Amino acid sequence: MTKRKLIYFALVVLAFIHQDFWFWDNPTLLCGFLPIGLAYHAFYSLLAALVWLLALKYAWPADIETFAEGDSDYPETPVE
Amino acid sequence: MTQLIIMAAYLGLLLVLGAIAHRFFSGTAKDYFLASHSIGPVFLLMSIFGTTMTAFALVGSTGEAFRTGIGVYGMLASWSGLMHVAVFFFVGIRLWAIGKRFGFVTQVQYFRDRFESNTLGLVLFPVLVALVIPYLLTGLLGAQAVVGSLTRGAFPQAFASTQGGLPPWMSGLVICGVVLTYVFFGGMRAAAWANTLQTCVFMVAGLIAFWAISSSLGGLEAATRKVLESHPERLIRGEAISQWQFLSYGLIPLSVGMFPHVFQHWLTARSASAFRLTIVAHPIFILLVWAPCVLIGVWATSAVMPDGSLIVPQGSPPNTELAIMVQKLTSPALGGLLGAGILAAIMSSLDSQFFCLGTMFTNDIVVHYFGEDRFDDRRRVLLARCFIVGIVAVAYALSLANPRSVFTLGIWCFSGFAGLFPLICASIYWRRVTSAGAYASILVTGLVWVLLFRQSGYGVNGGFLFLGMMPVATMFVCSLVALVGVSLLTAAPSAATMNRYFPSRRASAASLPALTAPGD
Repeated sequence: MTKRKLIYFALVVLAFIHQDFWFWDNPTLLCGFLPIGLAYHAFYSLLAALVWLLALKYAWPADIETFAEGDSDYPETPVE
Repeated sequence: MTQLIIMAAYLGLLLVLGAIAHRFFSGTAKDYFLASHSIGPVFLLMSIFGTTMTAFALVGSTGEAFRTGIGVYGMLASWSGLMHVAVFFFVGIRLWAIGKRFGFVTQVQYFRDRFESNTLGLVLFPVLVALVIPYLLTGLLGAQAVVGSLTRGAFPQAFASTQGGLPPWMSGLVICGVVLTYVFFGGMRAAAWANTLQTCVFMVAGLIAFWAISSSLGGLEAATRKVLESHPERLIRGEAISQWQFLSYGLIPLSVGMFPHVFQHWLTARSASAFRLTIVAHPIFILLVWAPCVLIGVWATSAVMPDGSLIVPQGSPPNTELAIMVQKLTSPALGGLLGAGILAAIMSSLDSQFFCLGTMFTNDIVVHYFGEDRFDDRRRVLLARCFIVGIVAVAYALSLANPRSVFTLGIWCFSGFAGLFPLICASIYWRRVTSAGAYASILVTGLVWVLLFRQSGYGVNGGFLFLGMMPVATMFVCSLVALVGVSLLTAAPSAATMNRYFPSRRASAASLPALTAPGD
Protein backbone atom coordinates (compact mmCIF):
# COMPACT_ATOMS: atom_id res chain seq x y z
CA MET A 1 0.00 0.00 0.00
CA THR A 2 1.43 3.38 -0.98
CA LYS A 3 1.76 6.18 1.54
CA ARG A 4 -0.98 8.06 -0.28
CA LYS A 5 -3.38 5.14 0.13
CA LEU A 6 -2.42 4.89 3.78
CA ILE A 7 -3.40 8.54 4.21
CA TYR A 8 -6.77 7.92 2.54
CA PHE A 9 -7.26 4.91 4.80
CA ALA A 10 -6.41 7.07 7.84
CA LEU A 11 -9.05 9.60 6.75
CA VAL A 12 -11.68 6.86 6.51
CA VAL A 13 -10.69 5.57 9.96
CA LEU A 14 -10.90 9.14 11.27
CA ALA A 15 -14.45 9.44 9.92
CA PHE A 16 -15.39 6.16 11.66
CA ILE A 17 -13.93 7.02 15.04
CA HIS A 18 -15.85 10.28 15.06
CA GLN A 19 -18.88 8.24 16.17
CA ASP A 20 -17.54 7.69 19.70
CA PHE A 21 -20.48 5.69 21.07
CA TRP A 22 -18.08 4.38 23.73
CA PHE A 23 -18.05 7.78 25.50
CA TRP A 24 -21.70 8.61 24.76
CA ASP A 25 -22.95 8.39 28.35
CA ASN A 26 -19.59 8.52 30.15
CA PRO A 27 -19.69 11.26 32.84
CA THR A 28 -15.94 11.17 33.65
CA LEU A 29 -14.29 14.56 34.04
CA LEU A 30 -10.67 14.98 32.94
CA CYS A 31 -8.53 17.34 35.04
CA GLY A 32 -11.62 17.89 37.16
CA PHE A 33 -13.43 20.09 34.64
CA LEU A 34 -13.39 18.65 31.11
CA PRO A 35 -16.12 16.10 30.22
CA ILE A 36 -14.51 13.13 28.51
CA GLY A 37 -16.94 13.34 25.59
CA LEU A 38 -15.75 16.88 24.89
CA ALA A 39 -12.09 16.08 25.56
CA TYR A 40 -12.28 13.21 23.04
CA HIS A 41 -13.56 15.48 20.31
CA ALA A 42 -11.08 18.24 21.18
CA PHE A 43 -8.33 15.62 20.79
CA TYR A 44 -10.05 14.46 17.58
CA SER A 45 -9.66 17.97 16.14
CA LEU A 46 -5.93 17.85 16.87
CA LEU A 47 -5.68 14.37 15.39
CA ALA A 48 -7.46 15.59 12.25
CA ALA A 49 -4.89 18.40 11.95
CA LEU A 50 -2.09 15.80 12.25
CA VAL A 51 -3.59 13.54 9.58
CA TRP A 52 -4.01 16.51 7.26
CA LEU A 53 -0.39 17.44 7.90
CA LEU A 54 0.63 13.95 6.78
CA ALA A 55 -1.69 14.28 3.78
CA LEU A 56 0.23 17.39 2.74
CA LYS A 57 3.43 15.40 2.85
CA TYR A 58 2.30 12.17 1.25
CA ALA A 59 -0.84 12.84 -0.80
CA TRP A 60 -0.29 16.32 -2.21
CA PRO A 61 -0.99 16.57 -5.97
CA ALA A 62 2.56 17.47 -6.92
CA ASP A 63 2.00 18.90 -10.37
CA ILE A 64 -1.04 20.99 -9.54
CA GLU A 65 0.86 24.27 -9.77
CA THR A 66 2.07 23.54 -13.28
CA PHE A 67 -1.42 22.43 -14.31
CA ALA A 68 -2.80 25.74 -13.05
CA GLU A 69 -0.25 27.61 -15.11
CA GLY A 70 -1.48 25.73 -18.17
CA ASP A 71 1.59 23.68 -19.03
CA SER A 72 0.81 20.25 -17.62
CA ASP A 73 -1.80 17.53 -17.61
CA TYR A 74 -4.46 17.07 -14.99
CA PRO A 75 -2.72 16.74 -11.63
CA GLU A 76 -2.84 13.25 -10.25
CA THR A 77 0.73 12.48 -9.31
CA PRO A 78 1.21 12.53 -5.58
CA VAL A 79 4.48 13.22 -3.84
CA GLU A 80 5.73 9.84 -2.71
CA MET B 1 -21.42 53.51 26.18
CA THR B 2 -18.02 51.74 26.55
CA GLN B 3 -19.34 48.86 24.42
CA LEU B 4 -20.48 51.29 21.73
CA ILE B 5 -17.10 53.05 21.62
CA ILE B 6 -15.21 49.75 21.25
CA MET B 7 -17.52 48.52 18.51
CA ALA B 8 -17.29 51.89 16.72
CA ALA B 9 -13.47 51.76 16.92
CA TYR B 10 -13.54 48.28 15.41
CA LEU B 11 -15.78 49.41 12.53
CA GLY B 12 -13.48 52.41 11.99
CA LEU B 13 -10.51 50.05 11.73
CA LEU B 14 -12.30 48.10 9.00
CA LEU B 15 -12.79 51.31 7.02
CA VAL B 16 -9.08 52.11 7.33
CA LEU B 17 -8.25 48.61 6.06
CA GLY B 18 -10.60 49.15 3.13
CA ALA B 19 -8.86 52.43 2.30
CA ILE B 20 -5.43 50.76 2.37
CA ALA B 21 -6.68 47.87 0.19
CA HIS B 22 -8.01 50.44 -2.28
CA ARG B 23 -4.49 51.86 -2.66
CA PHE B 24 -3.32 48.41 -3.82
CA PHE B 25 -6.14 48.08 -6.38
CA SER B 26 -4.62 47.89 -9.88
CA GLY B 27 -7.87 48.75 -11.68
CA THR B 28 -8.31 45.40 -13.48
CA ALA B 29 -11.33 43.16 -13.17
CA LYS B 30 -9.10 40.25 -12.17
CA ASP B 31 -7.69 42.32 -9.33
CA TYR B 32 -11.13 43.46 -8.19
CA PHE B 33 -12.78 40.01 -8.30
CA LEU B 34 -9.86 37.77 -7.31
CA ALA B 35 -7.15 40.06 -5.86
CA SER B 36 -5.05 38.98 -8.89
CA HIS B 37 -4.58 35.52 -7.31
CA SER B 38 -2.23 37.19 -4.82
CA ILE B 39 -3.46 35.99 -1.41
CA GLY B 40 -0.80 34.13 0.55
CA PRO B 41 -1.13 31.34 3.17
CA VAL B 42 -1.92 33.41 6.29
CA PHE B 43 -4.51 35.66 4.65
CA LEU B 44 -6.05 32.66 2.88
CA LEU B 45 -6.37 30.74 6.15
CA MET B 46 -7.90 33.69 7.97
CA SER B 47 -10.23 34.71 5.15
CA ILE B 48 -11.53 31.18 4.52
CA PHE B 49 -11.91 30.49 8.25
CA GLY B 50 -13.67 33.83 8.81
CA THR B 51 -15.99 33.20 5.86
CA THR B 52 -16.97 29.68 6.91
CA MET B 53 -17.49 30.61 10.58
CA THR B 54 -20.57 32.71 11.17
CA ALA B 55 -21.85 34.25 14.40
CA PHE B 56 -23.10 30.75 15.15
CA ALA B 57 -19.51 29.82 16.08
CA LEU B 58 -19.69 32.18 19.08
CA VAL B 59 -23.29 32.72 20.12
CA GLY B 60 -24.94 29.70 18.47
CA SER B 61 -22.44 27.20 19.87
CA THR B 62 -22.93 28.60 23.37
CA GLY B 63 -26.71 28.54 22.97
CA GLU B 64 -26.81 24.99 21.59
CA ALA B 65 -24.51 23.74 24.37
CA PHE B 66 -26.81 25.45 26.88
CA ARG B 67 -29.79 23.53 25.51
CA THR B 68 -28.27 20.15 24.54
CA GLY B 69 -24.88 19.90 26.25
CA ILE B 70 -21.37 19.01 25.11
CA GLY B 71 -22.51 16.88 22.14
CA VAL B 72 -22.80 20.02 20.05
CA TYR B 73 -19.00 20.17 19.71
CA GLY B 74 -18.73 16.73 18.12
CA MET B 75 -21.82 17.24 15.98
CA LEU B 76 -20.86 20.63 14.58
CA ALA B 77 -17.22 21.43 15.26
CA SER B 78 -15.12 18.28 15.05
CA TRP B 79 -17.06 17.08 12.00
CA SER B 80 -16.22 20.41 10.36
CA GLY B 81 -12.55 19.98 11.21
CA LEU B 82 -12.54 16.81 9.14
CA MET B 83 -15.08 17.53 6.41
CA HIS B 84 -14.30 21.20 5.68
CA VAL B 85 -10.66 20.35 5.21
CA ALA B 86 -11.52 17.30 3.10
CA VAL B 87 -13.45 19.67 0.83
CA PHE B 88 -10.53 22.13 0.72
CA PHE B 89 -8.05 19.33 -0.01
CA PHE B 90 -9.98 17.27 -2.55
CA VAL B 91 -12.15 19.95 -4.15
CA GLY B 92 -10.86 23.43 -3.31
CA ILE B 93 -7.29 23.04 -4.50
CA ARG B 94 -8.39 21.44 -7.75
CA LEU B 95 -11.00 24.11 -8.40
CA TRP B 96 -8.33 26.73 -7.73
CA ALA B 97 -6.12 25.09 -10.37
CA ILE B 98 -8.97 24.75 -12.88
CA GLY B 99 -10.16 28.30 -12.20
CA LYS B 100 -6.69 29.75 -12.58
CA ARG B 101 -5.93 27.77 -15.72
CA PHE B 102 -9.18 28.56 -17.49
CA GLY B 103 -9.79 32.02 -16.00
CA PHE B 104 -13.04 31.37 -14.13
CA VAL B 105 -14.30 33.86 -11.57
CA THR B 106 -17.59 32.25 -10.53
CA GLN B 107 -18.95 28.75 -9.99
CA VAL B 108 -21.57 29.25 -12.70
CA GLN B 109 -18.86 30.00 -15.30
CA TYR B 110 -17.16 26.75 -14.33
CA PHE B 111 -20.32 24.64 -14.47
CA ARG B 112 -21.37 26.15 -17.81
CA ASP B 113 -18.04 25.23 -19.33
CA ARG B 114 -17.65 21.85 -17.64
CA PHE B 115 -21.15 20.69 -18.63
CA GLU B 116 -21.23 22.45 -22.03
CA SER B 117 -24.53 24.08 -21.11
CA ASN B 118 -25.52 27.73 -20.86
CA THR B 119 -28.94 26.80 -19.53
CA LEU B 120 -27.41 24.90 -16.64
CA GLY B 121 -25.95 28.19 -15.48
CA LEU B 122 -29.35 29.78 -15.75
CA VAL B 123 -30.86 27.00 -13.61
CA LEU B 124 -28.06 27.02 -11.06
CA PHE B 125 -27.80 30.80 -10.69
CA PRO B 126 -31.20 31.36 -8.98
CA VAL B 127 -30.70 28.27 -6.81
CA LEU B 128 -27.39 29.58 -5.48
CA VAL B 129 -28.73 33.11 -5.00
CA ALA B 130 -31.86 31.78 -3.25
CA LEU B 131 -29.71 29.76 -0.86
CA VAL B 132 -27.25 32.59 -0.13
CA ILE B 133 -29.82 35.33 0.59
CA PRO B 134 -31.45 33.80 3.71
CA TYR B 135 -27.97 32.88 4.97
CA LEU B 136 -26.91 36.51 4.46
CA LEU B 137 -30.06 37.88 6.09
CA THR B 138 -29.52 35.65 9.12
CA GLY B 139 -26.16 37.35 9.67
CA LEU B 140 -27.55 40.84 9.19
CA LEU B 141 -30.46 40.29 11.58
CA GLY B 142 -28.11 38.70 14.09
CA ALA B 143 -25.78 41.70 13.92
CA GLN B 144 -28.69 44.09 14.48
CA ALA B 145 -29.82 42.10 17.52
CA VAL B 146 -26.31 41.97 19.01
CA VAL B 147 -25.68 45.70 18.62
CA GLY B 148 -29.14 46.49 20.02
CA SER B 149 -28.64 44.32 23.08
CA LEU B 150 -25.06 45.43 23.84
CA THR B 151 -25.84 49.15 23.49
CA ARG B 152 -29.02 48.93 25.61
CA GLY B 153 -29.17 51.92 27.95
CA ALA B 154 -26.67 54.03 25.98
CA PHE B 155 -29.32 56.38 24.55
CA PRO B 156 -32.30 56.17 26.92
CA GLN B 157 -34.03 59.30 25.59
CA ALA B 158 -33.25 59.05 21.88
CA PHE B 159 -34.26 55.41 21.53
CA ALA B 160 -36.73 54.75 24.31
CA SER B 161 -38.57 52.09 22.30
CA THR B 162 -35.45 49.88 22.23
CA GLN B 163 -34.58 50.54 25.90
CA GLY B 164 -31.87 52.97 24.85
CA GLY B 165 -30.13 50.54 22.46
CA LEU B 166 -29.39 51.33 18.84
CA PRO B 167 -32.51 50.42 16.82
CA PRO B 168 -32.15 47.76 14.08
CA TRP B 169 -32.63 50.26 11.26
CA MET B 170 -29.63 52.27 12.48
CA SER B 171 -27.28 49.39 13.37
CA GLY B 172 -28.17 47.66 10.08
CA LEU B 173 -27.44 50.88 8.19
CA VAL B 174 -24.04 51.27 9.88
CA ILE B 175 -23.05 47.62 9.36
CA CYS B 176 -24.17 47.58 5.72
CA GLY B 177 -22.51 50.95 5.16
CA VAL B 178 -19.15 49.79 6.56
CA VAL B 179 -19.17 46.49 4.64
CA LEU B 180 -20.29 48.23 1.45
CA THR B 181 -17.56 50.87 1.75
CA TYR B 182 -14.60 48.55 2.06
CA VAL B 183 -15.89 46.00 -0.43
CA PHE B 184 -16.92 48.69 -2.94
CA PHE B 185 -13.52 50.35 -2.98
CA GLY B 186 -11.14 47.50 -2.24
CA GLY B 187 -12.90 44.53 -3.86
CA MET B 188 -11.81 41.01 -2.99
CA ARG B 189 -8.49 42.15 -1.52
CA ALA B 190 -10.32 44.33 1.01
CA ALA B 191 -12.66 41.45 1.85
CA ALA B 192 -9.70 39.10 2.44
CA TRP B 193 -7.85 41.63 4.57
CA ALA B 194 -10.96 42.53 6.55
CA ASN B 195 -11.70 38.84 7.10
CA THR B 196 -8.20 38.39 8.49
CA LEU B 197 -8.73 41.16 11.02
CA GLN B 198 -12.23 39.88 11.80
CA THR B 199 -11.00 36.33 12.41
CA CYS B 200 -8.32 37.61 14.81
CA VAL B 201 -10.93 39.71 16.65
CA PHE B 202 -13.50 36.98 17.14
CA MET B 203 -10.94 34.35 18.15
CA VAL B 204 -9.35 36.67 20.71
CA ALA B 205 -12.75 37.84 21.98
CA GLY B 206 -13.89 34.24 22.51
CA LEU B 207 -10.74 33.22 24.36
CA ILE B 208 -10.73 36.30 26.61
CA ALA B 209 -14.43 35.80 27.37
CA PHE B 210 -13.67 32.18 28.34
CA TRP B 211 -10.82 33.18 30.64
CA ALA B 212 -12.80 36.02 32.29
CA ILE B 213 -15.97 33.95 32.76
CA SER B 214 -14.16 30.92 34.20
CA SER B 215 -12.28 33.19 36.63
CA SER B 216 -15.55 34.81 37.74
CA LEU B 217 -17.12 31.41 38.33
CA GLY B 218 -14.28 30.41 40.65
CA GLY B 219 -12.15 28.56 38.12
CA LEU B 220 -12.65 25.71 35.65
CA GLU B 221 -13.28 22.99 38.22
CA ALA B 222 -15.74 25.01 40.28
CA ALA B 223 -17.72 25.99 37.18
CA THR B 224 -18.03 22.38 35.97
CA ARG B 225 -18.76 21.07 39.49
CA LYS B 226 -21.83 23.26 39.61
CA VAL B 227 -23.08 21.66 36.37
CA LEU B 228 -22.39 18.21 37.76
CA GLU B 229 -24.64 19.04 40.72
CA SER B 230 -27.50 20.67 38.81
CA HIS B 231 -27.43 19.48 35.18
CA PRO B 232 -25.18 16.39 34.84
CA GLU B 233 -26.99 15.45 31.63
CA ARG B 234 -25.31 18.42 29.89
CA LEU B 235 -21.89 16.79 30.45
CA ILE B 236 -22.76 13.75 28.31
CA ARG B 237 -24.67 13.33 25.06
CA GLY B 238 -27.27 10.97 26.50
CA GLU B 239 -30.62 11.28 24.78
CA ALA B 240 -30.18 14.91 23.71
CA ILE B 241 -28.68 13.75 20.42
CA SER B 242 -29.38 10.45 18.66
CA GLN B 243 -26.61 8.35 17.13
CA TRP B 244 -28.03 8.75 13.61
CA GLN B 245 -28.44 12.49 14.05
CA PHE B 246 -24.83 12.75 15.21
CA LEU B 247 -23.64 10.69 12.24
CA SER B 248 -25.72 12.39 9.55
CA TYR B 249 -24.66 15.84 10.72
CA GLY B 250 -21.32 15.03 9.09
CA LEU B 251 -22.83 15.79 5.69
CA ILE B 252 -23.68 19.41 6.58
CA PRO B 253 -20.06 20.70 6.40
CA LEU B 254 -19.86 19.47 2.79
CA SER B 255 -21.92 22.57 2.01
CA VAL B 256 -18.72 24.65 1.90
CA GLY B 257 -17.89 22.89 -1.36
CA MET B 258 -20.87 24.58 -3.01
CA PHE B 259 -20.75 28.00 -1.31
CA PRO B 260 -20.21 30.45 -4.17
CA HIS B 261 -18.39 32.89 -1.87
CA VAL B 262 -15.95 30.21 -0.68
CA PHE B 263 -15.31 29.24 -4.33
CA GLN B 264 -14.32 32.86 -4.98
CA HIS B 265 -12.02 32.91 -1.95
CA TRP B 266 -10.27 29.73 -3.17
CA LEU B 267 -9.53 31.43 -6.47
CA THR B 268 -7.74 34.30 -4.74
CA ALA B 269 -4.91 31.98 -3.61
CA ARG B 270 -1.45 32.87 -4.89
CA SER B 271 -0.57 29.21 -5.38
CA ALA B 272 -1.76 25.75 -4.40
CA SER B 273 0.83 25.82 -1.63
CA ALA B 274 -1.05 28.71 -0.07
CA PHE B 275 -3.72 26.15 0.92
CA ARG B 276 -1.29 24.14 3.05
CA LEU B 277 -1.59 26.29 6.15
CA THR B 278 -5.40 26.33 5.87
CA ILE B 279 -5.49 22.54 5.66
CA VAL B 280 -3.56 22.01 8.87
CA ALA B 281 -4.72 25.00 10.93
CA HIS B 282 -8.47 24.92 10.16
CA PRO B 283 -9.33 22.09 12.64
CA ILE B 284 -7.16 23.72 15.31
CA PHE B 285 -8.84 27.09 14.82
CA ILE B 286 -12.23 25.39 15.10
CA LEU B 287 -11.10 23.87 18.39
CA LEU B 288 -9.91 27.24 19.72
CA VAL B 289 -13.20 28.96 18.89
CA TRP B 290 -15.75 26.25 19.64
CA ALA B 291 -14.48 24.40 22.72
CA PRO B 292 -14.44 27.47 25.01
CA CYS B 293 -17.90 28.56 23.82
CA VAL B 294 -19.36 25.08 24.35
CA LEU B 295 -17.99 25.00 27.90
CA ILE B 296 -19.41 28.49 28.60
CA GLY B 297 -22.80 27.28 27.32
CA VAL B 298 -22.72 24.24 29.60
CA TRP B 299 -21.64 26.32 32.61
CA ALA B 300 -24.45 28.80 31.88
CA THR B 301 -27.04 26.11 32.70
CA SER B 302 -26.02 26.09 36.37
CA ALA B 303 -24.04 29.27 37.11
CA VAL B 304 -25.61 31.43 39.81
CA MET B 305 -25.19 34.96 41.14
CA PRO B 306 -24.13 35.47 44.79
CA ASP B 307 -27.83 35.76 45.74
CA GLY B 308 -28.44 32.27 44.32
CA SER B 309 -30.39 33.38 41.25
CA LEU B 310 -29.47 31.87 37.88
CA ILE B 311 -27.15 34.05 35.79
CA VAL B 312 -29.04 33.06 32.65
CA PRO B 313 -32.68 33.15 33.77
CA GLN B 314 -35.12 30.60 32.46
CA GLY B 315 -36.95 31.89 29.41
CA SER B 316 -34.05 34.02 28.16
CA PRO B 317 -34.16 34.43 24.37
CA PRO B 318 -32.17 31.73 22.52
CA ASN B 319 -28.51 32.47 21.74
CA THR B 320 -28.25 35.30 24.25
CA GLU B 321 -26.46 33.11 26.82
CA LEU B 322 -22.94 34.26 25.92
CA ALA B 323 -23.87 37.96 25.96
CA ILE B 324 -25.64 37.52 29.34
CA MET B 325 -22.68 35.69 30.87
CA VAL B 326 -20.25 38.36 29.64
CA GLN B 327 -22.54 41.20 30.73
CA LYS B 328 -23.09 39.86 34.25
CA LEU B 329 -19.67 38.38 34.95
CA THR B 330 -17.19 40.67 33.24
CA SER B 331 -16.51 44.35 32.51
CA PRO B 332 -18.17 46.67 29.96
CA ALA B 333 -14.87 46.76 28.06
CA LEU B 334 -15.00 42.99 27.61
CA GLY B 335 -18.65 43.36 26.62
CA GLY B 336 -17.50 45.76 23.90
CA LEU B 337 -14.77 43.35 22.78
CA LEU B 338 -17.27 40.50 22.63
CA GLY B 339 -19.66 42.74 20.66
CA ALA B 340 -16.85 43.51 18.22
CA GLY B 341 -16.05 39.78 18.09
CA ILE B 342 -19.63 38.83 17.25
CA LEU B 343 -19.83 41.58 14.65
CA ALA B 344 -16.52 40.35 13.23
CA ALA B 345 -17.82 36.79 12.93
CA ILE B 346 -20.96 38.02 11.18
CA MET B 347 -19.31 40.59 8.92
CA SER B 348 -16.55 38.21 7.79
CA SER B 349 -19.25 36.13 6.09
CA LEU B 350 -21.45 39.05 5.10
CA ASP B 351 -18.80 40.91 3.06
CA SER B 352 -17.90 37.81 1.04
CA GLN B 353 -21.57 37.06 0.37
CA PHE B 354 -22.35 40.62 -0.78
CA PHE B 355 -19.26 40.67 -2.95
CA CYS B 356 -19.90 37.23 -4.40
CA LEU B 357 -23.48 38.06 -5.38
CA GLY B 358 -22.28 41.26 -7.09
CA THR B 359 -19.63 39.24 -8.93
CA MET B 360 -22.20 36.65 -10.03
CA PHE B 361 -24.74 39.17 -11.34
CA THR B 362 -21.95 40.92 -13.27
CA ASN B 363 -20.20 37.91 -14.77
CA ASP B 364 -22.91 35.26 -14.99
CA ILE B 365 -25.75 37.42 -16.24
CA VAL B 366 -24.75 40.79 -17.70
CA VAL B 367 -21.32 40.06 -19.18
CA HIS B 368 -22.34 36.54 -20.22
CA TYR B 369 -25.52 37.54 -22.05
CA PHE B 370 -24.54 40.96 -23.39
CA GLY B 371 -21.16 39.82 -24.66
CA GLU B 372 -17.73 39.78 -23.10
CA ASP B 373 -16.36 42.10 -25.76
CA ARG B 374 -18.72 44.89 -24.74
CA PHE B 375 -17.23 45.22 -21.27
CA ASP B 376 -13.67 46.24 -20.64
CA ASP B 377 -12.16 45.94 -17.16
CA ARG B 378 -13.25 49.41 -16.08
CA ARG B 379 -16.87 48.71 -17.03
CA ARG B 380 -16.89 45.31 -15.34
CA VAL B 381 -15.66 46.78 -12.09
CA LEU B 382 -18.19 49.61 -12.36
CA LEU B 383 -20.95 47.12 -13.05
CA ALA B 384 -19.93 44.95 -10.10
CA ARG B 385 -19.88 47.96 -7.81
CA CYS B 386 -23.39 48.96 -8.93
CA PHE B 387 -24.65 45.44 -8.29
CA ILE B 388 -22.99 45.33 -4.87
CA VAL B 389 -24.69 48.61 -3.91
CA GLY B 390 -28.01 47.20 -5.16
CA ILE B 391 -27.62 43.91 -3.29
CA VAL B 392 -26.66 45.63 -0.04
CA ALA B 393 -29.66 47.96 -0.41
CA VAL B 394 -32.04 45.04 -1.04
CA ALA B 395 -30.61 43.03 1.87
CA TYR B 396 -30.91 46.04 4.16
CA ALA B 397 -34.52 46.64 3.07
CA LEU B 398 -35.38 42.97 3.63
CA SER B 399 -33.82 43.10 7.10
CA LEU B 400 -36.09 46.03 8.00
CA ALA B 401 -39.09 43.81 7.37
CA ASN B 402 -37.64 41.82 10.28
CA PRO B 403 -38.24 38.37 8.77
CA ARG B 404 -37.41 36.41 11.95
CA SER B 405 -38.42 33.24 10.14
CA VAL B 406 -35.15 33.31 8.17
CA PHE B 407 -33.37 32.08 11.30
CA THR B 408 -35.10 28.74 10.87
CA LEU B 409 -33.77 28.65 7.31
CA GLY B 410 -30.10 28.58 8.36
CA ILE B 411 -29.67 24.83 8.57
CA TRP B 412 -31.87 24.36 5.50
CA CYS B 413 -29.61 26.60 3.41
CA PHE B 414 -26.59 24.55 4.46
CA SER B 415 -28.48 21.34 3.66
CA GLY B 416 -29.36 22.61 0.18
CA PHE B 417 -25.72 23.44 -0.57
CA ALA B 418 -24.60 20.07 0.82
CA GLY B 419 -27.21 18.32 -1.36
CA LEU B 420 -25.48 19.83 -4.40
CA PHE B 421 -22.04 18.68 -3.28
CA PRO B 422 -22.07 15.45 -5.39
CA LEU B 423 -22.39 17.70 -8.44
CA ILE B 424 -19.18 19.65 -7.85
CA CYS B 425 -17.30 16.58 -6.71
CA ALA B 426 -18.32 14.56 -9.79
CA SER B 427 -17.46 17.47 -12.06
CA ILE B 428 -13.84 17.23 -10.88
CA TYR B 429 -13.35 13.49 -10.55
CA TRP B 430 -15.79 11.75 -12.92
CA ARG B 431 -15.24 12.10 -16.66
CA ARG B 432 -18.58 10.49 -17.46
CA VAL B 433 -20.84 12.92 -15.60
CA THR B 434 -23.21 14.63 -18.03
CA SER B 435 -25.18 17.85 -18.16
CA ALA B 436 -28.43 15.83 -17.97
CA GLY B 437 -27.10 14.26 -14.79
CA ALA B 438 -26.30 17.72 -13.46
CA TYR B 439 -29.83 18.96 -14.21
CA ALA B 440 -31.28 15.88 -12.55
CA SER B 441 -29.13 16.40 -9.47
CA ILE B 442 -30.15 20.06 -9.12
CA LEU B 443 -33.84 19.38 -9.71
CA VAL B 444 -33.98 16.38 -7.37
CA THR B 445 -32.14 18.28 -4.63
CA GLY B 446 -34.60 21.17 -5.02
CA LEU B 447 -37.61 18.85 -4.99
CA VAL B 448 -36.50 16.87 -1.94
CA TRP B 449 -35.56 20.12 -0.18
CA VAL B 450 -39.05 21.55 -0.74
CA LEU B 451 -40.83 18.34 0.33
CA LEU B 452 -38.82 17.94 3.53
CA PHE B 453 -38.99 21.65 4.32
CA ARG B 454 -42.78 21.47 4.05
CA GLN B 455 -42.85 18.36 6.20
CA SER B 456 -40.86 20.20 8.89
CA GLY B 457 -43.61 22.83 9.07
CA TYR B 458 -41.54 25.21 6.93
CA GLY B 459 -38.65 25.06 9.37
CA VAL B 460 -40.77 25.63 12.47
CA ASN B 461 -39.83 22.19 13.80
CA GLY B 462 -36.16 22.92 14.52
CA GLY B 463 -35.45 19.33 15.56
CA PHE B 464 -36.94 17.81 12.41
CA LEU B 465 -35.40 14.48 11.42
CA PHE B 466 -36.29 12.27 8.47
CA LEU B 467 -35.81 8.51 8.94
CA GLY B 468 -34.08 9.44 12.19
CA MET B 469 -31.44 11.46 10.36
CA MET B 470 -30.82 15.06 9.40
CA PRO B 471 -32.76 15.97 6.20
CA VAL B 472 -29.43 16.61 4.46
CA ALA B 473 -28.81 12.84 4.35
CA THR B 474 -31.88 12.26 2.17
CA MET B 475 -31.06 15.24 -0.05
CA PHE B 476 -27.49 14.07 -0.50
CA VAL B 477 -28.40 10.48 -1.37
CA CYS B 478 -31.20 11.47 -3.77
CA SER B 479 -28.95 14.03 -5.47
CA LEU B 480 -26.16 11.46 -5.85
CA VAL B 481 -28.47 8.76 -7.23
CA ALA B 482 -30.00 11.20 -9.74
CA LEU B 483 -26.58 12.45 -10.83
CA VAL B 484 -25.07 9.01 -11.34
CA GLY B 485 -28.20 7.34 -12.74
CA VAL B 486 -29.04 10.00 -15.32
CA SER B 487 -25.38 10.46 -16.32
CA LEU B 488 -25.08 6.76 -17.07
CA LEU B 489 -28.30 6.80 -19.10
CA THR B 490 -27.30 9.78 -21.25
CA ALA B 491 -24.60 10.39 -23.83
CA ALA B 492 -21.10 11.08 -22.53
CA PRO B 493 -19.73 14.64 -22.73
CA SER B 494 -17.87 15.67 -25.87
CA ALA B 495 -14.29 14.59 -26.37
CA ALA B 496 -13.27 18.26 -26.34
CA THR B 497 -14.61 18.74 -22.80
CA MET B 498 -13.13 15.45 -21.62
CA ASN B 499 -9.74 16.45 -23.01
CA ARG B 500 -10.02 19.91 -21.56
CA TYR B 501 -10.68 18.71 -18.02
CA PHE B 502 -9.17 15.23 -18.13
CA PRO B 503 -6.36 15.42 -20.64
CA SER B 504 -4.45 12.23 -21.37
CA ARG B 505 -1.39 11.96 -19.21
CA ARG B 506 0.62 11.44 -22.37
CA ALA B 507 -0.89 14.40 -24.20
CA SER B 508 1.30 17.42 -24.50
CA ALA B 509 0.21 20.78 -23.22
CA ALA B 510 0.22 22.02 -26.79
CA SER B 511 -2.68 19.69 -27.59
CA LEU B 512 -4.97 21.46 -25.15
CA PRO B 513 -7.35 23.91 -26.76
CA ALA B 514 -6.42 27.57 -26.59
CA LEU B 515 -8.53 29.30 -23.99
CA THR B 516 -9.69 32.80 -23.39
CA ALA B 517 -10.02 33.66 -19.76
CA PRO B 518 -13.29 35.46 -18.98
CA GLY B 519 -11.61 37.57 -16.35
CA ASP B 520 -8.62 38.50 -18.45
